[in-house]
Amino acid sequence: MAEKIIELIGISKSYDGTVVVDNENLYVRKGEFVTLLGPSGCGKTTTLRMIAGFELPDSGQILLNGKDISTIPPYMRPINTVFQRYALFPHLNVYDNIAYGLKLKKMEVTYQNEQGDVKKKIEKLSKAEISAKVKKALKMVDLEGFEKRDVTTLSGGQQQRIAIARAIVNEPEILLLDEPLGALDLKMRKDMQLELKEMHKKLGITFIYVTHDQEEALTMSDTIVVMKDGAIQQIGTPTDIYNEPKSAFVADFIGESNIFSGTIVGDKKVRFLGKVFDMVDDFELHEKVDVVVRPEDVFLVDAGLGAVDGVITSSIFKGVHYEMAMQIGKNEIIIQDTIQRQVGEKASIIIKHFDIHIMHKEFVSNVYDGYITKKNTVRFAEGEFECDVTQLYPESTLDEEGYLVLKNGEKIDLTDVDVRVEVGLKDIEIIDNEDDGDSCGEIVSIIYKGDHYQVIVRTFEEEEDFVIDTEYVWNENDKVSVKIPPEKIKLSLKVVEKK
Amino acid sequence: MRALKISRKHLGYPYALFLILFVLLPLIIIVYYAFTDSDGHFSILNFVNIFSDITALAAILTSLSVAILTTAVCLLIGYPVAYILARSRLKFAPTLLILFITPMWINFVLRMNALKEFFSLVGLLDKNPLLTTVIGMVYDFLPFMILPLYTTLSKLNNSMIEASYDLGANKVTTFLKVTLPLSMPGVISGITMVFMPTMTNYVVSEILGRGQITILGKLIENYFMHSNWNMGAALSTLLLAVMLIFTWATGGFNDQQNGNARGALL
Repeated sequence: MAEKIIELIGISKSYDGTVVVDNENLYVRKGEFVTLLGPSGCGKTTTLRMIAGFELPDSGQILLNGKDISTIPPYMRPINTVFQRYALFPHLNVYDNIAYGLKLKKMEVTYQNEQGDVKKKIEKLSKAEISAKVKKALKMVDLEGFEKRDVTTLSGGQQQRIAIARAIVNEPEILLLDEPLGALDLKMRKDMQLELKEMHKKLGITFIYVTHDQEEALTMSDTIVVMKDGAIQQIGTPTDIYNEPKSAFVADFIGESNIFSGTIVGDKKVRFLGKVFDMVDDFELHEKVDVVVRPEDVFLVDAGLGAVDGVITSSIFKGVHYEMAMQIGKNEIIIQDTIQRQVGEKASIIIKHFDIHIMHKEFVSNVYDGYITKKNTVRFAEGEFECDVTQLYPESTLDEEGYLVLKNGEKIDLTDVDVRVEVGLKDIEIIDNEDDGDSCGEIVSIIYKGDHYQVIVRTFEEEEDFVIDTEYVWNENDKVSVKIPPEKIKLSLKVVEKK
Repeated sequence: MRALKISRKHLGYPYALFLILFVLLPLIIIVYYAFTDSDGHFSILNFVNIFSDITALAAILTSLSVAILTTAVCLLIGYPVAYILARSRLKFAPTLLILFITPMWINFVLRMNALKEFFSLVGLLDKNPLLTTVIGMVYDFLPFMILPLYTTLSKLNNSMIEASYDLGANKVTTFLKVTLPLSMPGVISGITMVFMPTMTNYVVSEILGRGQITILGKLIENYFMHSNWNMGAALSTLLLAVMLIFTWATGGFNDQQNGNARGALL
């Protein structure tokens, strides 16, 4: 393995009190093609700018070949950047743009004087050397003979190439690329991806690439660093990241995914979509988990033959395959298959045990799909619960007629609005009498968790689970009801998201 | 009944009429007088007279000196000010900009007389008319230098500066090789806006130079006051030609390159 060329140790950065990068630890090996991937605002560009030297980290160290460079200015770092909007100098022609860095370069040369002593002196590159290097760089980006052109007359793709040539001509130790293909059209982007990859191989320098395009990252990188909210989510090879995402976020961001809420019900058994599936990972019994299934890993068979039946609700031709959506109870699953099934058709799905990826939930709590009733209570898990509906919109109030009055004075009727309900494990009270609570069910499991018991109450009809942490001892198969204090019910509007 | 139709073309008529009446016609009259003698015959004698008349030549020389000095001083003060206003992250930068521009809103004659009183207080008045005139001109025209510079510098894309640092240029080199060349449209615009008016603005030299120096504007006035319309017109035509050449030479007519950068004032 090559040695680490750059290492970020505990880097943090915030602007006006907003944390953009939070205690980031990362290293890049010599010659690697590393991509920082994440949605906008995840801190990837800030990380790149700190490596380039345009931003100084608030805390932490950036080591280049083991030496701390966190505070040295960008012009003293052997690092060059390809900027998002190229940032070519409009007052210089192509040649002068590319030669800009070379003309400033000072080289230490050793020579022998007349007495035969070996001496060192600082020399600038000669005109002939610069010219040769510029020519070579232009050849590298396939724009030979463009020396005298005015950069403002070039197309976006050509400007991008000049920007790359301007950076690589300096033979930096690290090349930073900040969404360099963002402004190009799809066809051009695909071509440039391959060309950049090729260039990386030829030059042998370390590339650190920033993008929000997961496909770009998968195509080009040796290593992908997935970031979210200023923190690194996962570091791995494209295959690792794709096949073994560590969190639901990574799974969702890299490629298309079906993500379901599930519960571990046994040794290598997980329950989701109302059925128990075999899987390969070891997880703690009764843990509420995220289940990730790639659309291409779901197989459609005739109704009754698979694990669970559903109805096809949409079917779109995508070139190589059909992308179909299937409704299974309250859940929707996206399926990619080469054989089309008609909308309305009943079918069944098969998922292989090794294609089921289980992830720890980022914060463990009970999550349900519910809706608001006429009385401004919320219905979920076979129960009707008092709740505070004003939390759905900031600074809203309820009027006497039960309408929600927004901050701007607008009145809305919340009846039948779909919401996501979240209740903490400690916020649910178990009541002996079936009729005294808001919803009732049967205790299906009790586990001792050291200082408390974790009890699962499953509702009778819809078989929804309440996972409850309690200090009291209960018995399995007890029929109980549950009560939740209204202020402990967290509601959020369901965002209709079609992938 | 036919509806009254006003197309966009018709809306241009008052403007065209205005241009003809107040721009084109006076220009033609000036050029006519410049190339005729007092009897109305065609003649280029007026121009010959200008270049053989010591007073006229002296006035041209004085005007040039005042204009060049004023422009140079304005540039030397204006550039750093505009740079600080546009590029630094000072919170009070907009306030500072307003402070630099406010003098423009105060009556010009009032300002000049105030300056005169100040000079007389410090004993500079009557001592060096050229110096007092230039100081007055700088005071009057500095905002015209700062504004276009500020406009270009604040529009300057920060990634250009970063690209320069990235390629190994330190702050000084970056300023000389990137910031300065890219702000040239603003520099030229500022120079144009200061140089041209200072050539002819004789009010300043009258008040602060106490009439001890004669610049072109004063000379033109003298000719017209003494009913020598032909000479006055010839001198005006000459000045006009100089300004046209200057504007053309600095790319002022080349809209595509400098149009946006020359900014709010031209």
